[in-house]
Amino acid sequence: MIAVIAPGVSVLIVISCYLGLLLGLGLLSSRLSRGTSKDFFVASHSIGPFLLLMSVFGTTMTAFALVGSTGKAFERGIGTYGLMASSSGLIHAACFFLIGVKLWSLGKKHGFVTQIQFFRARFESDKLGYLLFPVLVALVIPYLLIGVIGAGKTIRPVTAGAFPELFKHANPLFDGGVPAWLSGLVICLVVLAYVFAGGSRGAAWANTFQTLVFMAMGVVAFAFIVGKLGGLDEAGKVVARVSDKGALVQEYGYDKGTSSVEKLAEPKVVGKLKHAEDVEAFAGKQPHLARDVVEIVHKKKTPDGKLVDAEREIGVPWVMFLSYMFIPLSVGMFPHLFQHWLTARSANTFKLTLIAHPICIMVVWVPCVLIGTWATGLLPAGLPPAAVLSNMLNILVDSPVLTGFLTAGILAAIMSSLDSQFLCVGTMFTNDIVLHGAERGKFDEKQIIWIARSFIIAIVVITYVLAQIFANKNVFDLAIWCFTGFSALTPLVLAALYWRRATAAGAFASIIAVIAVWFTFFAMSGFGEELTLFGVLPVVYCFMAGATAMVLVSLATRPPSDETIDKFFPKISN
Amino acid sequence: MKKVVFGLAVLLAILHQDFWNWSNAGLVFGFIPTGLFYHACYSLAAAALWAFAIKFAWPSEIVAWAESEDEGGEK
Repeated sequence: MIAVIAPGVSVLIVISCYLGLLLGLGLLSSRLSRGTSKDFFVASHSIGPFLLLMSVFGTTMTAFALVGSTGKAFERGIGTYGLMASSSGLIHAACFFLIGVKLWSLGKKHGFVTQIQFFRARFESDKLGYLLFPVLVALVIPYLLIGVIGAGKTIRPVTAGAFPELFKHANPLFDGGVPAWLSGLVICLVVLAYVFAGGSRGAAWANTFQTLVFMAMGVVAFAFIVGKLGGLDEAGKVVARVSDKGALVQEYGYDKGTSSVEKLAEPKVVGKLKHAEDVEAFAGKQPHLARDVVEIVHKKKTPDGKLVDAEREIGVPWVMFLSYMFIPLSVGMFPHLFQHWLTARSANTFKLTLIAHPICIMVVWVPCVLIGTWATGLLPAGLPPAAVLSNMLNILVDSPVLTGFLTAGILAAIMSSLDSQFLCVGTMFTNDIVLHGAERGKFDEKQIIWIARSFIIAIVVITYVLAQIFANKNVFDLAIWCFTGFSALTPLVLAALYWRRATAAGAFASIIAVIAVWFTFFAMSGFGEELTLFGVLPVVYCFMAGATAMVLVSLATRPPSDETIDKFFPKISN
Repeated sequence: MKKVVFGLAVLLAILHQDFWNWSNAGLVFGFIPTGLFYHACYSLAAAALWAFAIKFAWPSEIVAWAESEDEGGEK
C-alpha cells in the first residue's frame, strides 16, 4: 500500500501514527491522576529517578538541540558543540546540584509549587511576584516559539510532494509539503490534549517516551546518513573545502541514480572568502572542522525565490566562545525545570540526572553537529539553518517510512519541551496570580485545574500567532535570546538561596536591570538576530547588570527579617 | 571535600577554553574532528565530576531537614 502512494504522504502517515500513540499515552497517564491540583501541577511529588532524568533532559533538549545544533554546525562548524553542549554538561548539572536540590528541599519543606511562591516568601514581597510573572512568561514564549517554528521547518521538506496542488512553494525542496501553519497547529493541539488530560504526570510520562524516541531516532538517523556517505571515514571528506583561489567548494554530490554520495568531476562553488588576505591561510582547508574564524559570501534564496548575496562567519571567535559559558546558567531560572524538580520523589532522585545529563547531551549533540558539518558539502550554503537536518534526511534517507520515524523523533524532542512549558505557565498563572489574590477555599480542585487549562490555551494561541509572524527566524539565535534572559536572572536565585543579606529591593533592582539591558540588546539585534558587543554576547552584560544591581541595592537596604532568615537558612545549612 | 569539588569544577571550566585545538582540523579515528572529540570527552569528564560530587559533597543535611516532619508546609 505504502509503495503506491507519494513518499511525502507515507511520511505523513507515520508522523500521524506517532502523534496518535502519544495522545494514547497521555490519556493513559490521566487514568493514574489523583484528580487533585497538586497532582496536576507537581505529580504529587512522586516522580522517580529515571522519569526525572528523562523529563528534565527531554525538557532542556528541544528543537534547539536537534534542528538548531545541526543548523548552527552547518553555519559555524564543530565549535557549535563547545558553544552549548559541553558547557551545558558542566553548568546544567551544577545548577541541578547547587540550585535544584536546595530548591527542592525548600519547596518540600514549605510547600512551594512555583518559583514565584518561593521568591515571594524569601523576599517577603507580594509585589515581586507581580513583576516576575510577566517577565517569566515573556521569556518562556520565545522558548515555545522555537518548538512551534522548528516543527514547521522540519515537517514541510519531508512531506514535500504530498499535496502539490494544495500547498505550492517556489522552492522545489518545499513544494507540496505540509505548511508550517498547519503542522504548528497540529503539534500545539496534540501537546495541549495530553497536558490537559494528564497534567504534570502526563507530561513526565510523555517526556520519557519522547526522550527515548528522539535519542533512538537520532542514533538511527546518524547510522543511515553515515551509511549513505560511504562510512565514517568517507563522511569527513564530504565537508566543504576552500579552494586555492578562495572559493568555498563542494567536492561531492548525491547521485540519485546510484543512491550514494560520489566525488564530482568538477568541484561546485557555493561561496567565496570575503577577504582576499584569508585565502592563503585557508586554502585547501575545511574551515567547518576547526574554530578559526573566516568570513564568506554566498548566495541565498529569499522567500519569493530570488537569489541574493549574503555574508556570514564560519568558525567561532574566542571571546564569543567564552561568553557562551553564561548561556547554560539559564536552567537555574527555567520555571518549567523548577516544576520538574518539585515532582521528584526525594532528593536522591536527582543523582541519576546529575551524572547522566552530560552523557545524554553528548549522545544527542555529537551526531547532530557532525551531520550539520557534513551537510556543508552537500546542501546549498544559503539554506535556512533550521531546514538542514530535514533536508539531509530527505536527500540521504530514501525510505519514506524511515524518514517518517526520524521526523517523529525530531517532533518528540520538540513536544517534550512544549508540554512542560505550557504546563508551567498555567501553573504560575493559577497559583501566583489567581489563587494568590483569592480567599482560601474560593475555588475547588476542579476549578483550579480548569483555570490553569484556560491560561494554557491563551498562551498556546499567542505562541501560535507569533510563530506564524516569526516563521523565518533562526531557531538557534531565538533560543539564545530566551536563554540570555533566564541566565541574567540567575543571580536572583543564587542570592536568594546563598546570600542572607539579599533583600526585596535588591531583587526588584536585579529584575528591572535585567529587563532594561536585555530589551535594549534585543532591540539592537533586530528582535532576535545574533548580536555581539565587542565580541561578547549580550548574556554577559545582562548577567552582570542583574548581579550588580542585586548586590548594591541589597547592601543599601534593610536586611530580611530574622524569621525569614531562619526559614530559608536553617541552622544545619551553610 | 566540597572545596576539592569546587576546584575541579573551576578546572573543568578553564579546560573548556581549549585554545590549543582552535586551528586543528585533523580527524580522530578518521572521522571525528579533534575539537569535537575533545569536547565529547569533556562531557564525560563533567559526568565524572558530578558523580564525584554526589559521593563526597552531597548536601545531605539540608535534604534530611527537608524530609523531616517537624514543620508544616505553607499551602
